[in-house]
Amino acid sequence: MSEQIEKAISRKYDAGFVSDIESDTFPPGLDEDVIRRISAMKDEPEWMLEWRLQAFRSWQKMKEPDWAHLGYEKIDYQAISYYSAPKSMKDKPKSLDEVDPELLRTYEKLGIPLHEQKMLAGVAVDAVFDSVSVVTTFREKLEEAGVIFCPISEAIKKYPDLVKKYIGSVVPRGDNFFAALNSAVFTDGSFVYIPKGVRCPMELSTYFRINELNTGQFERTLIVAEEGSHVSYLEGCTAPQRDENQLHAAVVELVAMDDAEIKYSTVQNWYPGDENGKGGIYNFVTKRGIAHKNAKISWTQVETGSAITWKYPSCILKGDNSVGEFYSVALTRGRQQADTGTKMIHLGKNTKSTIISKGISAGNSSNAYRGLVKMGPGADGARNFTECDSLLIGDKCAAHTFPYIESSNPTAIVEHEATTSKVSDDQLFLCQQRGLDTEKAVSMIVNGFCKEVFKELPMEFAVEAGKLLEISLEGSVG
Amino acid sequence: MLTIKDLHARVEEKTILKGLNLTVNPGEVHAIMGPNGAGKSTLGYVMSGRDGYELESGSIELNGEDLMELDVEERAQKGLFLAFQYPVEIPGVSNMEFMKESVNAMRKARGEEALTAAEFLKVAKEACKQVNLPLDFLKRGVNEGFSGGEKKRNEIMQMILLQPSLAILDESDSGLDIDALKVVANGVNSQRDGKRSFIVVTHYQRLLDFIEPDFVHILSDGKIVKSGGPELAKEVEATGYAWLGKPEEAGA
Ligand SMILES: Nc1ncnc2c1ncn2[C@@H]1O[C@H](COP(=O)(O)OP(=O)(O)OP(=O)(O)O)[C@@H](O)[C@H]1O
Ligand SMILES: [Mg+2]
Repeated sequence: MSEQIEKAISRKYDAGFVSDIESDTFPPGLDEDVIRRISAMKDEPEWMLEWRLQAFRSWQKMKEPDWAHLGYEKIDYQAISYYSAPKSMKDKPKSLDEVDPELLRTYEKLGIPLHEQKMLAGVAVDAVFDSVSVVTTFREKLEEAGVIFCPISEAIKKYPDLVKKYIGSVVPRGDNFFAALNSAVFTDGSFVYIPKGVRCPMELSTYFRINELNTGQFERTLIVAEEGSHVSYLEGCTAPQRDENQLHAAVVELVAMDDAEIKYSTVQNWYPGDENGKGGIYNFVTKRGIAHKNAKISWTQVETGSAITWKYPSCILKGDNSVGEFYSVALTRGRQQADTGTKMIHLGKNTKSTIISKGISAGNSSNAYRGLVKMGPGADGARNFTECDSLLIGDKCAAHTFPYIESSNPTAIVEHEATTSKVSDDQLFLCQQRGLDTEKAVSMIVNGFCKEVFKELPMEFAVEAGKLLEISLEGSVG
Repeated sequence: MLTIKDLHARVEEKTILKGLNLTVNPGEVHAIMGPNGAGKSTLGYVMSGRDGYELESGSIELNGEDLMELDVEERAQKGLFLAFQYPVEIPGVSNMEFMKESVNAMRKARGEEALTAAEFLKVAKEACKQVNLPLDFLKRGVNEGFSGGEKKRNEIMQMILLQPSLAILDESDSGLDIDALKVVANGVNSQRDGKRSFIVVTHYQRLLDFIEPDFVHILSDGKIVKSGGPELAKEVEATGYAWLGKPEEAGA
């Protein structure tokens, strides 16, 4: 691992390049017409368009939330383009050979080879570029197991009944400002369906890339795990380095039926902006899962990118004995701001949730944990354990913790622990005295701090995440 | 190998070392004793280049090289090792991982190939046994929840793994039971090969029964005020430091 790390350290935001790809991009602006055009581009059925339009109408009546611990200039929603797709994707390439090589090169450069020979063994990838899915690998192999893994735009046409049944069932169209916006304009994303009793034979992952200037990315992911099934899914995100802020507003819905298990991991590395806070992605994401009887939903996130992160992956523990987990590492540096956490809504009996949040702040950044644990009246014997640790690097950054607990059941138990620590001079000196340079020392200390979360990531990605922290930390020690 | 000449150094505007001279030849063991606050730990920190410890005048040379020109990790890579008086914890970083990175950083600096995980595990297990720590200490976080004595033994384990040319042991014997004391002494003795040198800071003659020093120095108020053979330690044990008189107040 250390070899790669050494290499990684010598670079800055690694994924900041722009691909030279001709795109069809809508002019900026948002009205019902734009939504009709998006729907038409995707060749959608009427019910989908209607659903979008209703979302749009409720969005128009909503106010952008301002309760988060974030400061940014008002977003002009009319200055954003809501659709952009590589021209070459218009003819819908049938196989990899027909995909624009420049697109494939983009993913190659990001370390995601899409060619069959080079693909990561055991990981199926859906590659989403701006508003469209470029390619989904290992599809046949998955189909053999009965697993559906495809772009959501395709699922809407091929599996309308499934999509109709579940879309908006966990995050309703009008759930919140950003979710409503997404519901109106979402362009692509992944759809996963695991049939009853099936253990998905490989890791599924979606790789999101924003390329075009001034476009927003609004992806929507829906994962349905039928009774007794099991799936592990990972998403990764990057964007070019640009001076303008760009908006990313995604919605993810997870449905875990009785005895099912969904493990959802995120490695988010959107462009964070420069050290003065110029540019960077605004990341406003709604992620929520519903767990039926004995089901388990586990969110693991490593958030190192974005100028602004607003994100609270949540679990509705509806079924008795269902389990929710949230493991998070959020690193901010420079002028980055993060307000992230989770909601655990305990409805069923003996439901259990665990929250482990590790916030790391460096530079002039601000990092807030915001978490809600709610024990409903029927949540007899429910338990939550929350651990919330903050690590400060330097003295110009800030860490905040906002835990909310609402309990309407006297038999439910909620435990909360919080710590704040610093990378101490003593620790740094010990490492250096043992021959390690400062960067190495800091990344080792930070990695140690995050260990509880990293061990939850799928193997291949744990290494990736560690590397990401090293790159992100470069130059944050003075 | 080590030559310290007329060393003046300060911490936070306060001059602590006030004209210290010390020469250590290859293979020698020097014991440094002296009252609390005399500047013993400060000497170790100045030598290893800790941030905030500033050289006012004088020089420190290790194997002919001016140490003051080098960063902390470069000095370490040149073979300087400091066993801490108060070892610090690094939660979540396993001892094993920490020491492997450390050993390989040193090897890299010497232009040697890094040890593989398997190779390292073998030497680490040896070292762990040598300091009488159970093997699960390799998996635990660096000093995380270790007892005082275990921390000290862990420092010695690191010394054994790194094989420094000059090791400074800052009160590695404080707070140890008699068995642990022997472990520390054995650690040092096993490394004595006629080339490696040691500076052993201690308050107690007892350690010197097990590690026989070539020289004993008394450090008081930032200077070495008396040097001698092992008998000097016995003298201190018997009579204390009253003979030193009150240290002068700097600038008073
Ligand atoms: N950061 C600091 N700021 C101010 N004074 C300091 C600082 N660090 C050390 N000192 C002072 O320097 C003097 C020498 O300290 P040092 O730790 O070197 O003593 P020592 O000889 O190792 O003592 P002991 O036997 O108690 O370990 C002490 O008076 C101590 O208070
Ligand atoms: Mg001391």
